[in-house]
Amino acid sequence: MIAALGIRLGDPAAYVFLAFAAMTCGSALIVAASRNIVYSAYALLLTFFGVAGLYAFLDADFIAAAQLLVYVGGILVLILFGVMLTHKIRDINLSNETTNPIIGAAIAGFIFLALAYVSIYTKWDVVERTASPTTGEIGKAFVGKYLLPFEASSVLLLGALIGAAYLARREKEKP
Amino acid sequence: MGRGNRPVVKGDKAIRFWDIAVVIGVFAVVMQIVPLLVWAERRISALIQDRVGPNRVGPFGLFQPLADAIKLLFKEDVIPDGADRFLFVLAPALAFFPAAMTATVIPFGAPMLIGGEMLQLQVCRGNVGMMLFMALTGLSVYGIAFGGWASNNKYAMLGSLRASAQVLSYEIAMGIALVSVFMTSQSVDLNTIVADQTGTWMGFVPKWNVLKQPLAFVIFFIAAFAETNRLPFDLAECEAELVGGYHTEYSSMKFSLFFLAEYAAMFSSCCMITTLFLGGWSFPGMPAGETGKLFSLLTVAVFFTKVAVLLFFFIVVRWTLPRFRFDQLMHLGWKTLIPLGLANIAATGVAAQL
Repeated sequence: MIAALGIRLGDPAAYVFLAFAAMTCGSALIVAASRNIVYSAYALLLTFFGVAGLYAFLDADFIAAAQLLVYVGGILVLILFGVMLTHKIRDINLSNETTNPIIGAAIAGFIFLALAYVSIYTKWDVVERTASPTTGEIGKAFVGKYLLPFEASSVLLLGALIGAAYLARREKEKP
Repeated sequence: MGRGNRPVVKGDKAIRFWDIAVVIGVFAVVMQIVPLLVWAERRISALIQDRVGPNRVGPFGLFQPLADAIKLLFKEDVIPDGADRFLFVLAPALAFFPAAMTATVIPFGAPMLIGGEMLQLQVCRGNVGMMLFMALTGLSVYGIAFGGWASNNKYAMLGSLRASAQVLSYEIAMGIALVSVFMTSQSVDLNTIVADQTGTWMGFVPKWNVLKQPLAFVIFFIAAFAETNRLPFDLAECEAELVGGYHTEYSSMKFSLFFLAEYAAMFSSCCMITTLFLGGWSFPGMPAGETGKLFSLLTVAVFFTKVAVLLFFFIVVRWTLPRFRFDQLMHLGWKTLIPLGLANIAATGVAAQL
C-alpha cells in the first residue's frame, strides 16, 4: 500500500514523510478520543505541527510558516483560552464525551474512503521542485490572478474584526 | 529591486559538513550566551542599585551562572499534588524550545568562502525566515499557558493568561512594524534586508533601517519587550499581585528552564532588531563583495557588538522603569502601537510613490 502511494522505501525522504504523517494522524486520534479536553488541545498542537511539517516537506515553505503562525500561534491559543478559562472542566465531565460512536464512525469512514479514492485516482499535476522562493509568486498571485477572492476574504475578515470589537465592548449605560 | 537577490540553495545541493557546523555553532552560541546574560543582568542591576553583585566565583564572578546551575540541579524537584503531571513536566520544555529556535533564522555574518563554496552563516535560509520568527515567538505562549494551567494554582493560571494575551496582542504590533520594513527593503529575505542597509549617506551616516523607519523601530522594540515578558511588561510574573506568576509552583531545573527561555528569547529578539534595523552584520565603510574568512568573522564580531549594546539596553530598562498596569499594557498595544503601525505602512507607501 505504501508503494502504491508512490513512496520509495530506499529514499530517506519517505521516512520523513511517514514520520510527519504518523505524527499528524496519531495526534488527531488523541484529539478525538481523549477524555481530557486540555490534552485534546495539546494534541491538536502536534497535529498542526505535523501538517506544517508536511507542507515544508513538499517545499511549500511559506505555507508551512503560515500554518504555524495562523493555526498554532493564533487559532489554537484561542481554543486553549476557552478551554482553560472554563476551569476544572474535567470534574464536570461532560466536556469530551463520546456520543453516537457508530454513526460517527460510519460518517468518518465514508469521508475517509471518499478522500482516499479521490487522492489515489485523480491525475495530479506533478510540479517539479522549484528552487526559486515561493513568497514572490504567492504575492503576485494574490494581487494579480486571485485579486477578487483575496479582497473578498479581507472584507470578510474586516467584518469579523469589527463584529468581535463590538461584542467585546463594554455595554454603555442607557441614559 | 534586484539588490543582492541570491539564489536559494535548497533541495539542489547536498547538506555539507560546514552547514552542519553552522547549525551546531548557532545552537552553542545560544546556549552559551544565556548564562552570560544572567551574569550580566546581575552585575548591571548591582551597578544600577549601587551594590557589588556576584564577584566571588571566578574572575568578576563570571562562573556564578555555573554555580547557580549546579545549585538549581541539586534542589528538590517538587510536583504539586493537584498538578497535571504530564503537562507540568512538558511546559518548561515547550517554553524553551521556541525561544532557542528563533535564533536559527538570523544571518550572523557575511557569507564565507570555504572550500570553493559559499557558506551562509544562517541556519534557516530563504524567504520565510521572518514568518518563522513570528510563528516561533507566538509558540512561546504554549509553555507559559500549559505551565500555568498544569500547576493547578490560581495565581499561576492568572499569570499565564495575562502572558498569553500580552504575547498575542503585541505580536500583531510587531508584524505590522515588520511590514513597513519589508516595504522599505523590498524583500522579506533577511539577507536582502541586511544588504539593503549597507552603504552610507554623506560618507558617514549608515543607511540603517532605524533611520529610514524610526517609527517601525520604536514599535518593534516596544513589542520585543512585551514578547519577552520583560519589565516594564512583565505582568505575567508580577510578584506583588501574583506571587510568582506562571512559574509559582515550579522549582529546581524546571524553573530555571523558564528562566533560561526568557533570556534566550531576549537574545533572539535583540538579534532580530539588529538584523532588521541596525544593519545586521554590515558596518559603514565595508568593502563590497568580500568573502574572505577573516572578513566574515569580523562581520560576526560586528553583529555581536550591536547585539551586546541592545542587550545592555534591555537590562538597563528592566532596572529603571516601573511595571505597567495590565489595562495600560493592553491600551498601549491595541490603541497606540497598532494604529501607529498602520499609519506608518500608509506613509511608507505614499513616500515610495513620491
